[in-house]
Amino acid sequence: MRGADYVIKRTGFAVVTVLVAVTLNFLLFRLAPGSAVSNLSRVPHATQETRLALKRQFGLDKSKPEQYVIYLRELVHGNLGISFQNSQPVWKNLKSDLANTIPMVLLGTVFSIVLGTLTGVIAAWRRGTAVEHATVTTALAFYSMPTHWLALMLVILFAGWFPSGGMVNDFLIDPTWFQHIKDVLYHMTLPALTLALVLYGQYTLIVRSAMLETLGEDYILTARAKGLRPWTIVRRHALRNALLPISTLIALSLGYIVAGAILIETVFSWPGIGRGVYEAVIARDYPMLQGAFLVLTLSVVFFNLVADLIYFKLDPRITS
Amino acid sequence: MSVALQEPGLVEAPRPARRRAVWQVVRRRPSAAIGLTVLVTIILVALLAPLIAPYGLHDEVGPVFGHPSWSHPLGLDDGGIDMVTLLMWGARISLVVGFAATLVSMLVGGAVGVLAGYFGRWVDVVLMRITDYFIAIPDVPLMIVVAAIWGPSLFHIVMVIGLLLWTSTARVIRAQVKSVRERVYVQRARSIGAGHLRIIFRHVLPQIAPLLIANTVLTIAVAIFDETALSFLGLGDPSRISLGKVIQNAFQRTAVSSGAWWAIVPPGALVAILILSCSLIGQALEDALNPRLRVAHLGARRFRLRPLVGRGSEAV
Repeated sequence: MRGADYVIKRTGFAVVTVLVAVTLNFLLFRLAPGSAVSNLSRVPHATQETRLALKRQFGLDKSKPEQYVIYLRELVHGNLGISFQNSQPVWKNLKSDLANTIPMVLLGTVFSIVLGTLTGVIAAWRRGTAVEHATVTTALAFYSMPTHWLALMLVILFAGWFPSGGMVNDFLIDPTWFQHIKDVLYHMTLPALTLALVLYGQYTLIVRSAMLETLGEDYILTARAKGLRPWTIVRRHALRNALLPISTLIALSLGYIVAGAILIETVFSWPGIGRGVYEAVIARDYPMLQGAFLVLTLSVVFFNLVADLIYFKLDPRITS
Repeated sequence: MSVALQEPGLVEAPRPARRRAVWQVVRRRPSAAIGLTVLVTIILVALLAPLIAPYGLHDEVGPVFGHPSWSHPLGLDDGGIDMVTLLMWGARISLVVGFAATLVSMLVGGAVGVLAGYFGRWVDVVLMRITDYFIAIPDVPLMIVVAAIWGPSLFHIVMVIGLLLWTSTARVIRAQVKSVRERVYVQRARSIGAGHLRIIFRHVLPQIAPLLIANTVLTIAVAIFDETALSFLGLGDPSRISLGKVIQNAFQRTAVSSGAWWAIVPPGALVAILILSCSLIGQALEDALNPRLRVAHLGARRFRLRPLVGRGSEAV
């Protein structure tokens, strides 16, 4: 397959996935059980006229395909509806939420990838030893813990040392730029650590099994026969090849990161998109929920595409 | 090399041999044995909850967040209910959700995988394309959306989780079926005139059974986790006490800031133990069934060459 073909194919898949997600988003909320009016506008005992007026106002008197076209048109113009909770445009809410979520998730994820790769390589290399058993058991333990529960455990353990909720100290008067960053990082410690620990378990296991597979290949045997030092083999021959499945699997774990962010932000009252989802669920704020679902799906699809393109750079076999 | 993966035409009685293969994995690997023991114990305790629970599930037997004592080893929850009792009943619902959702996902994923792998061509293309989209859309947010729209009930939770977890099963099964389909004994059966149904149920499914079991056990773990997450976000069945619900109650009613660690540590630990034991069993089975993991040219203990049986196109 040619290089350009690959890029076009992957991009095409991402675009179609976005369309599927958008359609799903439309269908899920329109085909909800119960009358759309009583659900969407939350007027349980409205008179006939009120119902009709509401229906017209929300465009629900039109046919389903017509509604779909309107939905798509508004979506393209960035109109995701109005939040029931604060009567602000959903997109405006989501933008500020995303800005809070991204640094926290990024910190936790990068930390866990570095640490997980390291321990995963060691576990595979030291196969069958106490080191491997200890590493794998630790990783499995973190992998098994419910994310929100781990978050609560960290709150119990570190209460007093680190703040257990919120993103900034409200009592800080006129903080300088530097003070503000320091304050946010201080609040970010526990949420980011929770995400890092949960992902750490998963990444260690992924890297370990990918490394075990490459260590079974014949070219490792050849390298060994050439008399290369074990560490050189691990670094230059095994890890480089294991990076391919690792990068795919890390990309696939993005959905997991999203789920983690929702639970973690709920526990720590972190004002991000995950907390937005939680609050939308509690308040049955459907426009907000719909918008958040769309944004989360789009970001996962986007980063999967990025991973595909990285894969393309990493693996010369795709172009040949 | 386990018997299950060899050319089955050579095996006299394939059925007992396969069963023995799964059993041997459990026996040989201590981690799998531990996982199985723990899982079976928890299942038994949960099943016997109505008989052995020390108190009633709705009985207020002491003060709110009462401390652990001899009569209540894990203390009391926010409603003065005995924690041990709650854990037993909670494990019951969590296991029911885990197993039922896994059953749903196995039926869907197994059917998609077998159909795509066995019939190939356009069936394969269409089904795998659908699977790809399901994989690309993040599970948990979709579960949240669907559960929020459908409204909270045990049946809805089971269906939501089951209908979104089948993708990995479908992929694994499809890959296996594709390789089994090409084997000589399947072609022989076809040439004698066996129908599709007979070939699938008599020749293909038994071959992929061990892998299906491994996948099932791993899916149970994910389903239990998802139930906990959904309950935590307030989407669980309000009338049933699951482990996720116990955690949510403790969190909502400020067990952490009241210092009532006993109300929140045990339910989460129990979920972790459940997931851990399922993972141990599933991983041991997968490791044993994946011949590529058996050959390590760079063992830390000692460098040794092992026979490379079963690699090549037939390998998992």
